[in-house]
Amino acid sequence: MAQAKEIHNGYYYSLTRNILLVIILVAITPMILVSSIILYEFDVSYHEKVRAHLEELVLKHKHNIDSFLKEKLGDIRLLAQSFTYEELSNEAFLRDRLELLQQNYGPVFVDLGVVNSRGLQVAYAGPFKLGQALYSNAEWFQRTMKSHYFKSDVFLGLRGLPHFIIAVRENYNGDSWILRATIDFVAFNDLVENIRIGETGFAFILNKKGEFQTKPMYDLIPNKVPYNDCFAECKDCKNGVCFMERKDEAGNPVVYVSAMLKHGEWLLIYQQKASDAYSDLRRTLRVTIAIILLAGIAIVITGFIVSRRMVGRVAEADREKELISEQVVETGKLASVGELAAGIAHEINNPVAIMVEEAGWIEDLLEEEEFKQGKNLDEFHRALGQIRNQGRRCKEITHKLLSFARKTDSTAHDVQLNDLVEELIALSEQRAKYSNVAISTDLQPDLPSIRVSQTELQQVLLNLINNALDAMEKEGGSLEISTRQEGDHIAVKMADTGPGIPGANLARIFDPFFTTKPVGKGTGLGLSICYGIIKKMGGDIEVRSTVGEGSTFLVKIPIKGGQEPTADA
Amino acid sequence: MKPLVLLVDDEVPFVETMTKRLEKRDLIVNTAFSGKEALEVLSKNRNTDVVILDVKMPGMDGIETLGEIKKAYPLTEVVMLTGHGTIESAIEGMKKGAYDYLMKPCDIDQLMRKVEEATQKKRNHEEKIREAKVREALTTHGLE
Repeated sequence: MAQAKEIHNGYYYSLTRNILLVIILVAITPMILVSSIILYEFDVSYHEKVRAHLEELVLKHKHNIDSFLKEKLGDIRLLAQSFTYEELSNEAFLRDRLELLQQNYGPVFVDLGVVNSRGLQVAYAGPFKLGQALYSNAEWFQRTMKSHYFKSDVFLGLRGLPHFIIAVRENYNGDSWILRATIDFVAFNDLVENIRIGETGFAFILNKKGEFQTKPMYDLIPNKVPYNDCFAECKDCKNGVCFMERKDEAGNPVVYVSAMLKHGEWLLIYQQKASDAYSDLRRTLRVTIAIILLAGIAIVITGFIVSRRMVGRVAEADREKELISEQVVETGKLASVGELAAGIAHEINNPVAIMVEEAGWIEDLLEEEEFKQGKNLDEFHRALGQIRNQGRRCKEITHKLLSFARKTDSTAHDVQLNDLVEELIALSEQRAKYSNVAISTDLQPDLPSIRVSQTELQQVLLNLINNALDAMEKEGGSLEISTRQEGDHIAVKMADTGPGIPGANLARIFDPFFTTKPVGKGTGLGLSICYGIIKKMGGDIEVRSTVGEGSTFLVKIPIKGGQEPTADA
Repeated sequence: MKPLVLLVDDEVPFVETMTKRLEKRDLIVNTAFSGKEALEVLSKNRNTDVVILDVKMPGMDGIETLGEIKKAYPLTEVVMLTGHGTIESAIEGMKKGAYDYLMKPCDIDQLMRKVEEATQKKRNHEEKIREAKVREALTTHGLE
């Protein structure tokens, strides 16, 4: 039995595990699949969006800056072309012009200067003491003399503020002269410096040589490599904007968005740590993974519980099935034993009959004169009487056995309860004697017959008698069976003096599979079957018991058809 | 007059011993060991009073034999002996006209009583028939 349990455990364990695996697989796989696909799509589209956005931003700023430069150049050129060399060489006039510019365009224009073809500043208007300065060796002068105008790189001016120079060359009387303006870059610098996105996104402008034109957010010693790449890329890129991702010194991926300014002399670079740029994406990813994990855990736990419970039910059903098939086997055994008994009983009857006849014949012969004087005559008679008695006993036993072994018949007949009770008592006589139990009866005479299945009622009463005998097996006792008519019911009471039934068990006593007998001695189905049969007949069965004193079973059966009590028995 | 009895049973030793005992009690006993044989013996002893008939026999069983006997010799009474306690066959037999039944192994005195009763009944019946015949003879000849 223990081995059977082990096998069962192994079987149920693998069943549980299989169900669990299936549940987990079926639940988790689609979830992961869907999440992966959606995340991937989101990732791709988000990257695109971020890139588009940054490109857009940089492009806008590029346009702003380029417009600014163009504007300033335009202003100076207009100025140079509107007035003659002589007019502008007049410092007061120049001052006026500067003032006007400053009024209209703000303090962007710092100063104005007129320089002749030899590099000598002939007129100056502005805050610095730059009158009569010589610029013949200055790069900007030389460059301007070569072309018509010049925009310089940004440099830190005398006050440490970023400036750059716009110079325009004009002709007067066959000679060139230059009108020069210093543009304050601060406001412009702010424009660029204020490009801040996220925590690590910032922008700056580099010239071709890699020199900073604006102040970057961090004091970067520019690692030239990515910036050179930017330069290279930007020559070819469309829209004037290019997008790159490179790893910095620490190995973190950084995003670079760059655009050419000032006709390729400057480069506007926006850079941001990739993790920062895509922070939204990261956040979503994290949230999604957290949800997946939680869901996964929930699925596993649920799967565990569900599979356990299901297998528990399966195990219970299996157990019940096993018990029932045990019962079926037992019943089958009983049936075949019954058939066997019937066959044997029938076979025994004939030899016994012959024996009894022969004994009777001897008795007849003893009547003859020759034996009358024999000294053993009495002994003969006694012995023959004994043979006859034993023969009768055999006959009674086989008759009872045969009537009991008849097949179960559910059809209802009119049954005389008292007769049935007495028949069953006779059947149980041997066992009762062996267990030291005295059976007594108190049967109301003239009980009306009840219309029930004889064999079913027999089964119920015999079960109750056997239970009483089982209970009193060890100590012995007495069993009183009484029958009464109570209104339209007949009541059968079976009172024993056994050990009694504890209160806790009383409530469950008619439950199927409930037994207090050791394993193998009882299936716990007897009383539940009795209950079912009596209920089917429309009757009732109940039990009362006191521990230490005994138990009483009360069976009530309705008298269907309401027959009058008959005089004969 | 001693009752004339036919004892029918397939168990030979039973029949032999029973015959001896019944004869000791002043019965004239014929025997047969099957239903068919019983009918043969009856045809040679038409005025048999009682047939003691075993219910369970191979070949023609007791109920069938009973039917045949009652058909051919309606006045002859039949007492059934049942060996395996089935009251159903005995009841069926009595419905078919058996006088009574006994369960084997049977008490000899009980059997004797039944045989005597059955014989009495048969002879009474025969007597009534004889009286009726006489009366008929007298009336048709205008003597009564």
